[in-house]
Amino acid sequence: MKALDVITPGPFSTVQDLGRFGWAALGVGVSGAADRDALRLGNRLVGNAEDAAGIEVTFGGLEVRAVGAGYAAVTGAYGPVAVNGRPAAANAVLRLADGDRLRIGTPDAGLRAYLAVRGGIDVAPVLGSRATDTMAGIGPDPLTPGARLPVGDPHGDLPSVDHAPVRTPTVEVLILRVVPGPRADWFAPDALDALGSAPYEVTTDSDRIGMRLTGPPLERTRPGELPSEGMVRGALQVPPSRMPTLLLADHPVTGGYPVIAVVVAADVDRAAQARPGQRIRFRLPRMARSAHG
Amino acid sequence: MRVLPCADAGLLVELDDLAGVLALYAALRDDPPPGVTGLVPAARTLLLHLDPARADADAVERRIRATAVSEGGDGPDGAPLVTIPVVYDGADLGDIAAHTGLSAAEVVAAHTGAEWTVAFCGFSPGFGYLAGGDPRLHVPRRTESRTRVPAGAVALAGEFTGVYPRESPGGWQLLGRTEVLTWDLDRDPPGLLRPGVRVRFEEAG
Repeated sequence: MKALDVITPGPFSTVQDLGRFGWAALGVGVSGAADRDALRLGNRLVGNAEDAAGIEVTFGGLEVRAVGAGYAAVTGAYGPVAVNGRPAAANAVLRLADGDRLRIGTPDAGLRAYLAVRGGIDVAPVLGSRATDTMAGIGPDPLTPGARLPVGDPHGDLPSVDHAPVRTPTVEVLILRVVPGPRADWFAPDALDALGSAPYEVTTDSDRIGMRLTGPPLERTRPGELPSEGMVRGALQVPPSRMPTLLLADHPVTGGYPVIAVVVAADVDRAAQARPGQRIRFRLPRMARSAHG
Repeated sequence: MRVLPCADAGLLVELDDLAGVLALYAALRDDPPPGVTGLVPAARTLLLHLDPARADADAVERRIRATAVSEGGDGPDGAPLVTIPVVYDGADLGDIAAHTGLSAAEVVAAHTGAEWTVAFCGFSPGFGYLAGGDPRLHVPRRTESRTRVPAGAVALAGEFTGVYPRESPGGWQLLGRTEVLTWDLDRDPPGLLRPGVRVRFEEAG
């Protein structure tokens, strides 16, 4: 395949790889696929290196046309996939002929689907990565109708498997493991209990930078300002609203609100599949709960 | 020193002061411990991003503590000195003078008279927070942010001064402007004001 022509990008589609490393000290974050595992899987299915660039499709709606024949795979959010209007399998190797139209519909479960193509999306890298960082404004522009995305030369063989058994993203309450800190001591002693006590709901004020959540308020006890400090993906930052924001791939490099707890790295990919209105339950390690909890 | 875990994704090291942050950053920058994928210096902390699959957090913490002991509080060696010419005609120069009790000329003299050090970057790519200047210049942020601050604006807030790398919203007090490009993706490295870099401002003719 030489290229993909974008017919319709859907609500929001971007080029993503596994991110831009080594520039945090200059104020540039990692960015990259919000659900890294899903992009890795798509790349493995089409025989790419795991960090090849693909397309992150937020809430479906992407339709592309193949320029030249090749292979593709759709992973992540689970929903209808069609080639030339005929249903096609997700999490499977799809053979596309020149001119074939591939469409990713609105997902039934999860939020972000990934389209991997054999050879990878070959737009020019910026600071060593093809990721679109919506916070820093670095990397390729979000996809627009009529855009042509070059596809790289394939390396290596196609894998012998042609589909992957995967767990479909849940539409029920999403359970995420968290570890208290680094600033849990800025909060009331029972704030960690509150965090784990009842589900939080994902609000519509959510994007690649972070997800605003609503649920049990987290009371701060230490007054004053926290000098800005480095932030990690998965951090639960608590602004004066007392409602946590879960930081995702394009989070700011530094922040000035205290972080009560951090979602373990392996669970942040699943967090990135939570849809507005979906509920999240945070599971704390047993020893972190206070004695009266 | 305190080392605060951020689940399995990072270690946040709290230090006594900015000099300690920059010393630890300089000591780890060129030879980070295995599994450390990024370093973020800030005013009182250094964050080490970890790859959970490769990093041994206990080993990284031992290395941090050993490094901090051997480095003491010295600044990074061989940090370059950058000179930035500024036209001091910022919209907030009068407010800055009123807040500090200095005349506009004395504000300019204080800004150009001290050597600043880039403490850390944040807010946007290449936006350096410069510390260590004249303490008389400590001013609060504006009560209302501007929706549009032009690229090259030189500004003050808190103990810091900074140069806006590109047009953006901003709440800092505007002191003047410079033609110097502080962020250029075609330059390697793209950022001029990197942590540890020393800076002098001079009045442009």
